[in-house]
Amino acid sequence: MALHLDGISQPQLTLGRKLWRINWSLIVLLTLTASIGFAMLYSAAGANLDPWASKQIMRFGFGVSALIAIALIDIRIWMRLAYPIYGVALILLVLVDVAGIIGMGAQRWIVLGPIQLQPSEIMKIALVLALARYFHGLGTENIGQPIFLIVPLIMVLVPIYLVVIQPDLGTAILILLGSGAIFFVAGVRIWKFAVVTVIGIGAIPLGWQFLREYQKNRVLTFLNPERDPLGAGYHILQSKIALGSGGIFGKGFLQGTQSHLSFLPERQTDFIFTMLAEEFGLAGGLGLLGLYCLLLVYGYAIALGSRSQFGRLLGMGITSTFFLYVFINVAMVMGLIPVVGVPLPLISYGGTAMLSILFGFGLLMCVHVHRDVRIGRRGGG
Amino acid sequence: MATNRQRETDQTKLLTRRAVLLAGGKLALLSTLVGRLYYLQVMESGRYTMLAEDNRINMRLLSPRRGLIVDRNGEPIATNQQIYRVVVVAEQTRDLDATLNRLGMVIPIGERDRRRVLREARRKRGFVPVMVRENLSWEEVARVEVNSPDLPGVGIEVGLSRDYPIGHAAAHVLGYVAAVSESELTGDPLLELPEFKIGKNGVEKIYDLTLRGTAGTSQVEVNALGRVVRELGREEGQMGRPVALTLDMGLQNFVMNRLGEESAAVVVLDVHNGDVVALASNPSFDPNSFSKGLNAREWEELLSNPRAPLTNKAIAGQYAPGSTFKVCVALAALESGLITPDHRATCVGHIEVGNLKLHCWRSNAKLGFGHGTLNLYEAIARSCDVYFYDIARRVGLERIAQTARKLGLGAPTGIDLPGERPGLIPSREWKAATVGQPWHLAETLMLGMGQSYILATPLQLAVMTARIANGGNMVRPHLARDLVAADRVGERGGQRAQPRPLDHVESLGFSPANLAVVQRGMHMVTNEPGGTAFNQRIKDKDLAMAGKTGSVQVRRITLAERLAGVRKQDDIPWHERDHGLFISYAPVERPRFACAVIIEHGIGGARAAAPVARDVLIEAQKLIPPRGRQIAEARG
Repeated sequence: MALHLDGISQPQLTLGRKLWRINWSLIVLLTLTASIGFAMLYSAAGANLDPWASKQIMRFGFGVSALIAIALIDIRIWMRLAYPIYGVALILLVLVDVAGIIGMGAQRWIVLGPIQLQPSEIMKIALVLALARYFHGLGTENIGQPIFLIVPLIMVLVPIYLVVIQPDLGTAILILLGSGAIFFVAGVRIWKFAVVTVIGIGAIPLGWQFLREYQKNRVLTFLNPERDPLGAGYHILQSKIALGSGGIFGKGFLQGTQSHLSFLPERQTDFIFTMLAEEFGLAGGLGLLGLYCLLLVYGYAIALGSRSQFGRLLGMGITSTFFLYVFINVAMVMGLIPVVGVPLPLISYGGTAMLSILFGFGLLMCVHVHRDVRIGRRGGG
Repeated sequence: MATNRQRETDQTKLLTRRAVLLAGGKLALLSTLVGRLYYLQVMESGRYTMLAEDNRINMRLLSPRRGLIVDRNGEPIATNQQIYRVVVVAEQTRDLDATLNRLGMVIPIGERDRRRVLREARRKRGFVPVMVRENLSWEEVARVEVNSPDLPGVGIEVGLSRDYPIGHAAAHVLGYVAAVSESELTGDPLLELPEFKIGKNGVEKIYDLTLRGTAGTSQVEVNALGRVVRELGREEGQMGRPVALTLDMGLQNFVMNRLGEESAAVVVLDVHNGDVVALASNPSFDPNSFSKGLNAREWEELLSNPRAPLTNKAIAGQYAPGSTFKVCVALAALESGLITPDHRATCVGHIEVGNLKLHCWRSNAKLGFGHGTLNLYEAIARSCDVYFYDIARRVGLERIAQTARKLGLGAPTGIDLPGERPGLIPSREWKAATVGQPWHLAETLMLGMGQSYILATPLQLAVMTARIANGGNMVRPHLARDLVAADRVGERGGQRAQPRPLDHVESLGFSPANLAVVQRGMHMVTNEPGGTAFNQRIKDKDLAMAGKTGSVQVRRITLAERLAGVRKQDDIPWHERDHGLFISYAPVERPRFACAVIIEHGIGGARAAAPVARDVLIEAQKLIPPRGRQIAEARG
């Protein structure tokens, strides 16, 4: 019955209409942000497109195409696929623990022919999809009952466990906080978060034993950077020197001494923000943060503009994950939190991260395109 | 359906409320980032800018070239020679131990060198290259270069090494240079350079700061691995200033050759200005072996040699002056006014003091007993002990000691060499304090022939002779022609040598007539029949020398031996034989050079030391034009 009443606002969207509904300004914004990344990768290679910038441009081009394709697929199909995708991601995570190759002392990659897959990146999106579907189906009256929270908690904790043993602390935290954001906007009572937080803090001594030696070192070094200025503290100290010496307007494009003389570690990946802030100063740093804010605003607007709970939760989940990427990376390079391997979205060099971010924005765009589609509890149109 | 609607609206409201809360949280976190960015890039910017520059720019010290040492004719006697050395930069190699192992397979590295490198690498800053081995042959250089890909942080440096072209002839004067020991580090980064050497002895030590020069700097931009990207600026160091010596290398070489195998010391002074024209101590050593690194066996040999090649006997050997001291006793007696040159005494071969019987050297069956009656001239010429016992008793310890000090004995002469010993002029107080017994009259008498407790270095004897020969002027011996060492004990106080002030002639206050008497006596020693060194005289009248012999017992002759008759010196072991001494000056008219010779265990002054002095003084007068004297006379 409701379907009939809502029929006016629920037309069958044609491909043309969908394309028309795509938020092209968001794509322009994404391209602009990514272009800053291209410039930084060009600089990191010593004014050279190779080896990073050219590859990154190709990946972005492919990613944007994928984004549009994803956006055009009906949101209900995505909802139906949410659990299968989650299942596949889970299987891949298990596989990577069993047959993954060693990279940087951690098992994170799975090789499928020419493609290296990082299942933890897929899981970030898959979990957002799965949780959005679950809470969409749950409804307000059930959300207050703890019994209904057991299933989503398991859905969250299983992949977190698999990621932690890889070990990839950064992604685990990202998944945990991203999922927390969905639980929060879905309406889980705030006191429950308090309980979980207290339990979490209580479990820190226990969790400490699970950490690898280098992870313990990172945390200890963060708490006292002078502990080991030439070892684990070296990266963060050099990063701070690079940031600080950048000043307000920076040393100029291609002029960053810290980055170009290799004092800055991982300048093309995790520490690319430092390089940007060294060469373009406070102005450049704030500019990029401004672009990210704009993207977040778009994310919020799209999420809140959706008529379905699934769309809203999906939008909020993706926006929050995106925010966490930015915050953890930038706070890390500025010495606010321990060094955890989280890339700067759209900027850092790296294939899987770029694709999973654009995949996420594809889903966000899908929410936007299908903003007026109402979805029943069980996923019906 | 209405409930459905209602529920949906509630859900939307809840979500919107939560979303706003979440957005607030995110905004707060983003503000933290902005605040942090502002703190780092604006408030702390200055500090981090400096740290970035520190990161980027390394100052490298360029060690200066060491100043040359030349002799009085400008002949270089200490120079710098190009050598190749292999160094390792600790921070450029991941595992220093493994790198040294691999290097050890390419060129031989001693276990000691290896341990030293590891020790130094820990102590020095990581970017400071540590020297592994020096004096590499061309073949070794090539082997290291070929294998350089396997030897991270290892490099070949071209450097300069100290070279002494005349080797051992002036080793005691020049000293040597060697690597800085840990106790010598003052915090001056120059001293931490691997190839840097400092003077460890002799002129090299006492004029080290003058010779050292000023370090240059090279500013280089380095990357995080410490590899030099480019040089930003370079300031060449300043080479150390040269030090010109008063030594005449021709004469010095002659002296060393003349001494042959003897354990001996020879000092030749310009009597007017104190120039040390030769200062020899035999046997010697090769100072090049010190700057190139000595192995343990060579070092052990130098240390255990009974003829003490490492000791500079000319300034650190202290000997009883024996009969050479009689010139001083004679002068003291004349100056006291108690004795005239015509004072006569009779020698019967001995003299009695209380219940002691002191013998003259001419007191045995072979030589006869006693000199008979002599005046002062004859007593000096024949070196009669009894005559000097007699006048020493009359003049007394104090006056003799006072004259001896005025003539330069009993205290360091102040020559610009480290390690000079003061000698000893005894006094009643000194004996009471050190021996704990009162002074005996017999000891005053013994002092008359230069024997009780008194000690002098060959340099002091040369100074004494010069002061007598030049008419009683206070010459001070010195080796540097134009410089005065800031501190003669060789402490590195950071003070540089000062320019030498113009010599001004300072009289010691002796009566010229009295000095003429002593000079006349010394003239007779060598030039009149009956003089103890008549046979060793210089026959050329223009070059003729005056002198005084001395023989010093190393071992007491026992009464039993004396009663048994002559004990032949040649029969007793080398180290128990008497020392032979001779002091002299030449020419007799208008003296130019004073010379002191000691031949350890050479048996007699006339027999061993006088011939050396004769040959040396002839050579000195031939080699060195009388420039110094003309200047001195012009000044006078």
